[in-house]
Amino acid sequence: MSTTNGTVAPEKVDFSSDQEVRWCPGCGDYSILKQVETLLELSGRKKEEIVFISGIGCSSRFPYYLDTYGIHGIHGRAPAIVSGLRSVRPDLSVWMITGDGDALSIGGNHIIHLLRRNVDVNILLFNNEIYGLTKGQYSPTSPEGAVTRSTPMGSIDHPFNPLALFKGADATFIARAMDRDPKQLREVLARADAHRGASMVEIYQNCNVFNDGAFEIFTDKATKPMHTLFVEHGKPLTFANGTKGICISSEMKPRIIDIGPDFSPNDCWVHDERDNFKASILVRLFDDPRKENAFPRPFGVFYVNDRVTHEEKLNAQVARARELKGDGDLDKLLSGERTWTIG
Amino acid sequence: MDKTLHHKHIEERENVVILFAGDSGDGIQLTGSQFTDTNALFGNDVSTFPNFPAEIRAPQGTLAGVSGFQLHFGSVEIFTPGDQSDVLVAMNAAALKANLSKLKKGGIIIANSDGFDPKNLRLAGYPEGAEPLHDGTLANYTVHAIDVTKMTRNALADVQLGMKEKDRCKNMFVLGFINWMYSRSLDNSEAFLQRKFSKQPDILEANRRALQAGFNYGDTSETFTTRFEVKPAPMPKGTYRSITGNQGIALGLVAAAQRAGLDLFYGSYPITPASDILHELSRHKNFGVKTFQAEDEIAAICSAIGASYGGALGVTASSGPGIALKGEALGLAVMLEIPLVVINIQRGGPSTGLPTKTEQADLWQAVFGRNGEAPVPVIAASTPIDCFEMVFEAAQIALECMTPVMLLSDGYIANGAEPWRFPQAKDLGAIKPPFVPPVIASSDEGGEKRSLFHMTEPFLPYVRDERGVRPWALPGQAGMQHRIGGLEKEDRTGNVSYDPVNHEKMVRLRADKVARIADRFKPIRLDSGPDRGDLLIVGWGSTYGAIRTAALRLQEEGHAVAHVHLRHLFPFNKGLRDLLKRYDRVLVPEMNSGQLRQLLRAEFLVDARGLNKVQGMPFTSEEVHAAAMEMLRTPTPAEA
Repeated sequence: MSTTNGTVAPEKVDFSSDQEVRWCPGCGDYSILKQVETLLELSGRKKEEIVFISGIGCSSRFPYYLDTYGIHGIHGRAPAIVSGLRSVRPDLSVWMITGDGDALSIGGNHIIHLLRRNVDVNILLFNNEIYGLTKGQYSPTSPEGAVTRSTPMGSIDHPFNPLALFKGADATFIARAMDRDPKQLREVLARADAHRGASMVEIYQNCNVFNDGAFEIFTDKATKPMHTLFVEHGKPLTFANGTKGICISSEMKPRIIDIGPDFSPNDCWVHDERDNFKASILVRLFDDPRKENAFPRPFGVFYVNDRVTHEEKLNAQVARARELKGDGDLDKLLSGERTWTIG
Repeated sequence: MDKTLHHKHIEERENVVILFAGDSGDGIQLTGSQFTDTNALFGNDVSTFPNFPAEIRAPQGTLAGVSGFQLHFGSVEIFTPGDQSDVLVAMNAAALKANLSKLKKGGIIIANSDGFDPKNLRLAGYPEGAEPLHDGTLANYTVHAIDVTKMTRNALADVQLGMKEKDRCKNMFVLGFINWMYSRSLDNSEAFLQRKFSKQPDILEANRRALQAGFNYGDTSETFTTRFEVKPAPMPKGTYRSITGNQGIALGLVAAAQRAGLDLFYGSYPITPASDILHELSRHKNFGVKTFQAEDEIAAICSAIGASYGGALGVTASSGPGIALKGEALGLAVMLEIPLVVINIQRGGPSTGLPTKTEQADLWQAVFGRNGEAPVPVIAASTPIDCFEMVFEAAQIALECMTPVMLLSDGYIANGAEPWRFPQAKDLGAIKPPFVPPVIASSDEGGEKRSLFHMTEPFLPYVRDERGVRPWALPGQAGMQHRIGGLEKEDRTGNVSYDPVNHEKMVRLRADKVARIADRFKPIRLDSGPDRGDLLIVGWGSTYGAIRTAALRLQEEGHAVAHVHLRHLFPFNKGLRDLLKRYDRVLVPEMNSGQLRQLLRAEFLVDARGLNKVQGMPFTSEEVHAAAMEMLRTPTPAEA
């Protein structure tokens, strides 16, 4: 997102609305709401210049809890509402709240098209690998074998790798964060906000009622170092408190190495968030963490590209048409190019 | 020109119907629309009916591949493309076979004899050995068989083009010949070619030569002793242009956005027969028009909702199947109470149905086709010109009453053209949305707004004015931040509410608002006929011309028959109840199985009878006339 405003914001703006927040106690959504509120407060942006658009699902109640403009839309269609709004209002800061069912199942078609068009919006995809609002069916990100209310014998559907899907749709900003690491979440959100274009942030969010602990291996202090990889632009890919790293072989295959006598951090793959091809590999680090020798799951900003936004191109065409033909003259339009007179 | 014509006899005609027919690749639509243009410029009243196959290039020479363009032009007022044609131009055997039933007995057939070789006859399904042009089966008609292919090739003998390109000029030969036959100069057609092919001098030259050759052929050939003349029509004085229904919709939308001082946003997914609206609007970006070819029908309407939320005039259009997909989002727009124009260019259904054929079978879909009680005003256009006026009204209602509005058109008027004495921009009505001042708008005109809603603290997005309309606050307006959504909302505050009594209240408030839109309508007016009598014919949409023609004839014949054509289908015009009572019988002709009839019966307890045709083809005035006569002969419902 690119909107900035030159005026000095009031000291402390409260972005909370007067509505009672109604997520289940202990839901990961609270943490995300808190980080977004903090970010907005720090951004100095005016409340009235911000719009939150959501679809349907637990996370999609989000707009009701902020004192900004907002639409709680219909299932899966938030990207389309956003695209129309951005087309006519490039001045606003637009945020989209969605979930794994909303964005990847019913709204799968819209999300890929929004990304390829590069509509300028900050997308927060709350991924909890379950349908919460409908009480516990498997989602398009639930792992194979997931036992849920609609899959008593285990899910037989292969899940999406969301970031690989978004990379395939040529998203211009791809990042991953988690509800239980608020500091990293806020940093990623700030980066997303600063990006001009569609900023896609997948947030691992714990549904403590229907899928508790789905991401525990990434959030638990004991397992987190071995199973997570925090990428930073210009820095080598290291994890496990600096004892392990990832390098790329000459066949362009990633490999885990032990940092020590044989390898130093200098041997590791250095993260370049502007590298299109490396980003395509990075999003593929998506092993089942319970598998032996699994790659750690990367978090942070994977990829950034400054492609021109959809609304910039649209408005440029409008401006160009005005340059070529002049401001629309309604009488000329009504008469058309060929007329005849009677009488 | 006159000096070459001395030996030909000229007969005057009041009106003429020509049906051009050929393979869908023969350039039939172009030939027809060019001759239409020439006649309109000459001062005739015209009405057209393009009728083409759903396949882009259906198998050559087959009945499935026949494309037709019917033109009715006259020195009198014209209301329809004509029931039956006086002249049938058949470029091949299939075109003749498919259209012979639409030619008047004694009519003229102009046949391209090259299209009647054994292969074409076989493809058209003629029995072995049949030779329709020569075997006497067409004895009731005047047949002119011309080898158009050969004559075109001869005319282009020294033009450096391939045979395929040369053969593409056949339609210009035919156009030239028809121009001769109806005593029209070639100036208009030549000017058209000049515009179209200015960058391809070879093609331009070939087409001009073929055009001239066709004209000269009529002039010099001994076969043709008679040509015809249709004098200009006594049209109201003024400046005219030609317009199709879809053009009318596109221009009406631009005009409405301009009058409201808003940008126009048009979200659309390609679908026959609505796509031409997208094509036309995408050419008018200098009016601040933003077109968005969405990934699907749902995205098309949702993007329009997003644009409306941002303060533009949000519009989407489609045809029946696409409208079905938009249903849920339309319900959202009802719930949000946000301006939105949804246009349905109806075609034959259900499902994919008859994509290129016309029907009026989406009326119930428009009025009822949503979950929950989701009232949407439904209005309908009856002619190409009316498309302009009705879409303007649709935008006016949507923007001033904060509601989605459905406009119904259909394939028949979407592609049909008529001369239009277009209005001046200054004569178009004003459009004043219920903005909350101060306002941000895309033009200076937007600054002048009604101050119906004063700022309340906190701002109440669902407080209503005396018409039941809520205020429109736009993102960017300080102190008015509010959230809207598809969940039921509390009266006034718009906060989410599951309160049972509040829900019923909101259902009623939304219904009342839509019902009160009828207060805006002008008093109902008969199209023709006495203000009480034996029979009232009630029509809607594109059946207008056929019903008008039939009603005028019935009145001329001395029957107490009147015609009313409904523009407002939901809610109905308030005067309709009283009007229906003043006639002994009510006839409702529709290109469906009786959808308006059932609405009328339910609303007014009137014993309306139907004339129903579901063939993908418009009514002929003869059909309407016959049904009316039949009804006049039967006892009135009261007597029976």
